[in-house]
Amino acid sequence: MKKLLVYLKGYRTESILAPLFKMTEALLELFVPLVVAAIIDKGIGNGDTSYIIKMCLLMGGLALLGLTSSVTAQYFSAKAAIGFAEKLRHVLFRHIQSLSYSELDETGTSTLITRLTSDMNQVQNGVNLTLRLFLRSPFIVFGAMIMAFTIDTKAAMIFVGAIVLLSAVVFGIMMGCIPLYNKIQKKLDDVLGITRENLSGVRVIRAFCKENEEIEEFENTNNALTKLQKFTGKISALMNPLTFIIVNFAIIILIYTGAIEVYKGILTQGAVVALYNYMSQILVELIKLANLIISLTKAVACGNRIEAVLELEPSMRFPEEKINSNNTEYIIEIKNADLRYKNASDFSLSDINIRVKPGETVGIIGGTGSGKTSLVNIISRFYDVENGEVLFNGKNIKEYPSDQLRSCFGIVPQKAVLFKGTIRDNIKWGKKDATDEEINRALELSQSKEFVEKKENGLDYEIEQGGKNLSGGQRQRLTIARALVGNPKVLILDDSSSALDFATDAKLRKAVREMTPSPTVFIVSQRASSILYADKIIVLDDGRAVGLGTHDELLESCEIYREIYDSQFSREGKK
Amino acid sequence: MNNNKKVNQKYALKKVLAYIGKYKVWIFLSILFAAVTVALSLYLPILIGRAIDLIVGKNNVDFDNILKILTESAVIIGVNAILQWFMNTINNRVTFQVVRDVRNEAFTKLQNLPLSYIDSHRHGEIVSKLIADVDQFADGLLMGFTQFFTGVVTILGTLAFMLSINFKITILVVVLTPISLFVARFISKRTYNYFKKQSEIRGEQTALVDEMIGNQKIVRAFSYEKESLNQFDEINKRLSEASIKAVFFSSLTNPVTRFINSLIYAAVGLTGAIAVINGTVTVGGLSCFLSYANQYTKPFNEISGVITELQNALACAARVFELIEEEPQIPDGDDSKVITNAKGKVALENVSFSYTPGQKLIENFNLNIRPGQRIAIVGPTGCGKTTLINLLMRFYDVNEGKILVENEDIRNVTRESLRSCYGMVLQETWLKNGTVRENIVMGKPDATDEEVIEAAKATHAHSFIKRLPNGYDTIISDSNSGLSQGQKQLLCITRVMLSIPPMLILDEATSSIDTRTETRIQRSFAKMMEGRTSFIVAHRLSTIREADVILVMKDGNVIEQGSHDELLSLGGFYAKLYNSQFAV
Repeated sequence: MKKLLVYLKGYRTESILAPLFKMTEALLELFVPLVVAAIIDKGIGNGDTSYIIKMCLLMGGLALLGLTSSVTAQYFSAKAAIGFAEKLRHVLFRHIQSLSYSELDETGTSTLITRLTSDMNQVQNGVNLTLRLFLRSPFIVFGAMIMAFTIDTKAAMIFVGAIVLLSAVVFGIMMGCIPLYNKIQKKLDDVLGITRENLSGVRVIRAFCKENEEIEEFENTNNALTKLQKFTGKISALMNPLTFIIVNFAIIILIYTGAIEVYKGILTQGAVVALYNYMSQILVELIKLANLIISLTKAVACGNRIEAVLELEPSMRFPEEKINSNNTEYIIEIKNADLRYKNASDFSLSDINIRVKPGETVGIIGGTGSGKTSLVNIISRFYDVENGEVLFNGKNIKEYPSDQLRSCFGIVPQKAVLFKGTIRDNIKWGKKDATDEEINRALELSQSKEFVEKKENGLDYEIEQGGKNLSGGQRQRLTIARALVGNPKVLILDDSSSALDFATDAKLRKAVREMTPSPTVFIVSQRASSILYADKIIVLDDGRAVGLGTHDELLESCEIYREIYDSQFSREGKK
Repeated sequence: MNNNKKVNQKYALKKVLAYIGKYKVWIFLSILFAAVTVALSLYLPILIGRAIDLIVGKNNVDFDNILKILTESAVIIGVNAILQWFMNTINNRVTFQVVRDVRNEAFTKLQNLPLSYIDSHRHGEIVSKLIADVDQFADGLLMGFTQFFTGVVTILGTLAFMLSINFKITILVVVLTPISLFVARFISKRTYNYFKKQSEIRGEQTALVDEMIGNQKIVRAFSYEKESLNQFDEINKRLSEASIKAVFFSSLTNPVTRFINSLIYAAVGLTGAIAVINGTVTVGGLSCFLSYANQYTKPFNEISGVITELQNALACAARVFELIEEEPQIPDGDDSKVITNAKGKVALENVSFSYTPGQKLIENFNLNIRPGQRIAIVGPTGCGKTTLINLLMRFYDVNEGKILVENEDIRNVTRESLRSCYGMVLQETWLKNGTVRENIVMGKPDATDEEVIEAAKATHAHSFIKRLPNGYDTIISDSNSGLSQGQKQLLCITRVMLSIPPMLILDEATSSIDTRTETRIQRSFAKMMEGRTSFIVAHRLSTIREADVILVMKDGNVIEQGSHDELLSLGGFYAKLYNSQFAV
């Protein structure tokens, strides 16, 4: 949390003024019992009505001053807290943008989203509360004690004792409850987990007639939650009665000591009333403080989570300067490359060697988890290889700045993701300054021209978030257009024609082959038919390249390829 | 609309009271204790005031009576504290138990709802009813218990005590306090619009974050970081502007009400002090009044907060009750039969079905299946293949016609016996949070280890299970298990392989398994299907070709029906589909 406070720097004045004004207000409040004491001792004692009126006006004045300073404090603290949050949000968002795939895999995007939204709100709230209240409550508690000292040292000692006891009780109970609250949260998560699991598996559960077992499991978990809640409730329920006892017993002692002092002539009746009022003020503030600390612990926990994200170092560095990249004989060259994902024990790719000439089409095929996507991920440098190297136009891929590298690659990911905005906006992701002409060409190549023209506004058709208002096949074709619009040197199709029917898939491949200059194409696929005509086919098995060659060569030499092919084609081949 | 809402709230309140009714005795005790503690804590300032009155000045203190009063106070304080603790504990207890009851009932209901309900509602929504709404409801209930009631009693009690001391000053307090309420209401009304704006922009920002960070990999792949940061900053700035207004104006409530309360305090001080001079009130009475003036205004502010909270709680409760009171599926009749020794004879007679009335889907469908036949269902996505499974398993009931299993209308047999006739593997794999073994034995809880391993070997799952950290005892879950989609599917197949019921439903059962492994488990599949009636939904035409009957579906209708060769020679939709697989 500490490191986050740097972002309060721009609001130094506000962050100092807010608590200062708040303290002024508290100070004014502390005067009130003194004024009341004066009314009793002087006003009533001497029967002086005009003095009483004067004192009451003074109280009104104090209240007005208090209002002014507290409003000022609220303004400064709102300004500082919100400015702080705005800055922090910007920094966090920018930081997340700089993370590489490894960190994204490790943290998970849903976590990052929570950090940016709900955690951030908690932190903003925490800063605001701290600026406003954190100084006020202790100030009143200790202020009341100091005021008591100014009235009478002996009576003030009762305050000291009461404050020590109260603090011990309030903080003891709180500290005892916070871990319990965390446990409750975990138990609640369990209940949530069972419910969610039950819903997603409803068909299987009913098919196996497991409804009653599910109910039983739910009730057990739910009962465990209730039991813990009741236990925690019993402890937190101690707070009010205990503080009540302490403060009121202190008052009894205070009155009795006061009585003795008054009898001796050391104190006046009004002073006793003032001391009594101070004691009551302490109770109110201490409870406020306890609540504040609970919200603060939450805010600090959220702040720490945000900090943890900020501390994630992007594991991949890109140089800043552009380099010359002239066509060489091989556009992509992979030498003895091994890839291991963070925290994984095994290599996902081992000892990969490939050379690809410009304009060639390379098919990548293999079973589930054989490393197909991993292979295209190292070609486009989403992950760095652990051993060996990847060359693009003869130079190590690590020498290219990010922008230059990305503009050479057109990538169509497995999952067809589009963004909220028009079709044009979405295609422009591939080339920021694309003209309508270029966009239309890309649409034509990707076989999407026809359906886009049918949409009411053509290119200006608004796509909803996640592309919900398009079919799976349409989305996929648009992601292909997006990759093609920038005329990439290398086009990567990561199993990206799965939602297309066979005919469209074939047309698409034909269109790409006829592009000029035709890009180097990597096609990842489960379907043998999609890669049959590739110049080269790489067969992957468990992260190793077990076959490399044309379709016919592989049919001869590679057993795994033959198996895959047979499983999809065998009988047709014989016909 | 507004009226309707009120009716709903009234109804929800009634239901809540019914749930609480179970704990009548506790509630009664809680109310009793609340009344007593409030009375006692209001009585305390009077006692202290009397004691102060006895401390007049030098050599003028009545120690005997002060001691008496203070002892009385000590007893009251002790009793009060104990009662307070009892009251708090009881409130907690009742609240959490009511919440538990509501959750259990909601979950039990969930098991008895027709699938159409679960399919047509977003799961997140249902989960939030059971978790977040019930939690909100609990908070409101607890607050209502502890604050609403004590608040009301405090106001009434304070009023009574004040009246007993001095009528005029009481009237002053009663007349002035509503001002702070009006001011608070005024401010909150004004700030409502700022808050609305803030939450609108916040929603906009969350949507953007969701989209960009959720697809961060794509953003990176297209070097779109700058653009997305710019978009974010633009919204961020607007959010900040709206937030400052909302936060600042709403934070005015406290200082302003405090200011008004201070003014009232001063007014009470003034009139009280003058009354003391006139001899109608004692100094102790004044000090008591001042402490009441503080106490009297507080519950008003609290109660207005509690009322909003309670309304919110009732709204949440209403959402949960909506779920609890949803029409359940038609329960099994008392005379429902139990299918024993099913051979696999299934017939559909004039079946019509649609999910939404008016949108026809399956119409007048007839099919006769002999035991052991293999039925393949083919067609483009969304053509209604899974609908047929929904009907066979009786996840949904037919609108017209009937489905017969072993010559028995499936509506006349128990769901349990019907469903246990089928072994089902769905395209969407689902695993329970539990060990691998627990997941496999789902259909046959008493299976031995040997049987489990044998089944896993048959599906080629054994080798990867063995490599898991704890083998068959490794804890896995649906979302977070480190298993690949294909491995999950293998486990689901093993589950059915173990229990092997007389009929099988395989809905794209091997879609996530690579073709090589698929070829290998094909043999086990073939063994499994031998002599068993099986319904197969598949994309891969090679799987389909061997079926006895192929149903070709399009737009919910079965448009062609026959064997592979028959359909090919027909030259219809199936033939077109089949040939397109090999067109280049």
